[in-house]
Amino acid sequence: MKNHNLTHLKELESESIYILREVAAQFEKPALLFSGGKDSIVCFHLARKAFAPAKIPFPLVHIDTGHNFEETLTFRDDLAAKYGAHLIVSSVQDSIDTGRVTEEKGFNASRNALQTVTLLDTIENYKFDACIGGARRDEEKARAKERFFSHRDEFGQWDPKNQRPELWNLFNGKKHLGEHFRVFPISNWTEMDVWQYILQEKIEIPSIYFTHERECFMRDGVIYAHSNVIPLKPTEKVEKMQVRFRTIGDISCTGAVLSKATTLEEIVDEVASTRVTERGSRIDDKRSEAAMEDRKKAGYF
Amino acid sequence: MTDFSTQGYLNMDLLRFTTAGSVDDGKSTLIGRLLYDSKSIFEDQYEAIRATSEKRGEEYVNLALLTDGLRAEREQGITIDVAYRYFATPKRKFIIADTPGHIQYTRNMVTGASTANVALILIDARKGVIEQTMRHTYIASLLKIPHIIVCVNKMDLVEYKEEVFKKIKKDYEAFAAKLDPIDVKFIPISALNGDNVVDASKKMNWYKGPALLNSLESIDITNDQNLNDARFPVQYVIRPMNNEYHDYRGYAGRVAGGIFKKGDAVTVLPGGSSSTIKSIDFAGASLEEAFAPMSVTLTLQDEIDISRGDLIVKSTNVIEATQEIDVMICWLTEKKLQPNGKYLLKHTSKDVRCIVKDIQYKVNISTLEKMEDDKTIGLNDIARITLRTTAPLAVDKYNINRNTGSIILIDEATNVTVGAGMIN
Repeated sequence: MKNHNLTHLKELESESIYILREVAAQFEKPALLFSGGKDSIVCFHLARKAFAPAKIPFPLVHIDTGHNFEETLTFRDDLAAKYGAHLIVSSVQDSIDTGRVTEEKGFNASRNALQTVTLLDTIENYKFDACIGGARRDEEKARAKERFFSHRDEFGQWDPKNQRPELWNLFNGKKHLGEHFRVFPISNWTEMDVWQYILQEKIEIPSIYFTHERECFMRDGVIYAHSNVIPLKPTEKVEKMQVRFRTIGDISCTGAVLSKATTLEEIVDEVASTRVTERGSRIDDKRSEAAMEDRKKAGYF
Repeated sequence: MTDFSTQGYLNMDLLRFTTAGSVDDGKSTLIGRLLYDSKSIFEDQYEAIRATSEKRGEEYVNLALLTDGLRAEREQGITIDVAYRYFATPKRKFIIADTPGHIQYTRNMVTGASTANVALILIDARKGVIEQTMRHTYIASLLKIPHIIVCVNKMDLVEYKEEVFKKIKKDYEAFAAKLDPIDVKFIPISALNGDNVVDASKKMNWYKGPALLNSLESIDITNDQNLNDARFPVQYVIRPMNNEYHDYRGYAGRVAGGIFKKGDAVTVLPGGSSSTIKSIDFAGASLEEAFAPMSVTLTLQDEIDISRGDLIVKSTNVIEATQEIDVMICWLTEKKLQPNGKYLLKHTSKDVRCIVKDIQYKVNISTLEKMEDDKTIGLNDIARITLRTTAPLAVDKYNINRNTGSIILIDEATNVTVGAGMIN
């Protein structure tokens, strides 16, 4: 008898594609938030599968902090060109220049929180009614409680205590004028699932996910890439290290890990044996115990 | 840990389970224990809860803190919402829908139960089968969760005595006999000490069955999907509109039941027109067959008018569309169900409007009694009602297919999901 059982990756893929198609069917103007990180790359890959042989029916939106790794930006542009995707880039620098936000000061200054304003402005300008994101529930404890279809009020805010229940495969995307949804097709994936899937599907990812030699320095137990966006303290020394990145965010808040992984197989093995969460290298989550919850309530990704 | 990294994942499958228990019966501790003992908790997560436990002056590391995600939950020591947790063993990936045991329990448990293969029901060994246990079992049975594992927890507090376990098992079976047949297993555990959670207990040699994790790994879930009645709700129509695929018209959707093969004669409901499956497409490839729950795209031999909300079925297994449906409804909001009220109804990919024609009875979910005189349906109530829809719906009974037998009701003024219904 034939086996009619899907592997976990096949079942996750099928669920995510179902969600992406629901977005295209239920909303008038969706967009895929694309950071150039592995999770948004997987979402893009799933969207291509969901709508083949047609092109994906929504644009990619990148909120560019101006503090991105060069490799990520090159990757983003190449990908959009290769697949003929419509790419919209909104820049935090513009939000700063027009006085919408004020840059943080000091050694730990980051543009991470400023992104929220740029993101909400972009949603309003383009009248997006659904923004697809690559967030996963295993990443962080506030995210563990977020829905696939996450409702945002007219100020872009998330109300965690008042979420719509999601039952079976029935997703309620009804909303009033001015409100929008954030949709997370890979909610049920773990970091391990994402890497196994990238390996299985041979998905291209930016080079900085693989080990490379880079000028780095240590601060509070985190390895930072040396760049002109983080000022060095007098005691901090720059040295060459063999590192890779587990997540890709803003340079100012993404820590590197020491690694020898040169292939996807080696990354998967490394992830399998690691004992620290990937967000452990994200400085933005460490600001307080509820840092992610607070940012999400305000309209963050 | 590395044995399921690069190769093993090709053979892993996915099991979803939900947990139900009363306040303080150790549910969060059990989940914490499963995650911790299966090495799914990372050092930084463990360090964070260790520090919090210490700050609160707790004697041991409170594994329950792992599942309390929101600020209010940590401050008040309660769980507010369904939280999803993940772990994997070399055999399976697990998704836990962790639902709180207090006030809003029904709403949340129904949500968690709607997609679960297995329900874990916790019983405090000192308290035995209580009203909450019966409610949870009733909901699991109503939502047709295929398997139930009853964990008799806190065995350490009753000196690991077999008599206590046996008595609870007997009481539980007496109650469960009143419900539709369900597959139930019983395991004596101590979540706090880890007895029979991941590793077999050395203190309960009288128990010969597997530990909880082993049970979860070995439950056969191949029959949890209906593979007999082929159902394909059309989600989205794919029309590339380019030269290469000039006339391409693909019906995108997720198989909601059964198996479709190339060449199958199909009927489109509720319209009733027929055709043959020309191809089953997925991501540029052509497949011979598609089964639940695969997401694919179907193309048909004939040009017929098909749009989102239509249901493609095999012509040998057609269902009759109806405008009157009889449902068990679980009410999800404070605002009560309006007799004669109008709601938006979602069934698979179809939206229609409906009117509440009749409230037949409300269920007392502790005694299973039908209350025909009480027709006030508020938050967490379960009732049997009749709905009349503005357009015909092709539905299955919920006990035949959870995907094509379920609906939600939406309040059109607030857009909130107010009811979850299972079709009789």
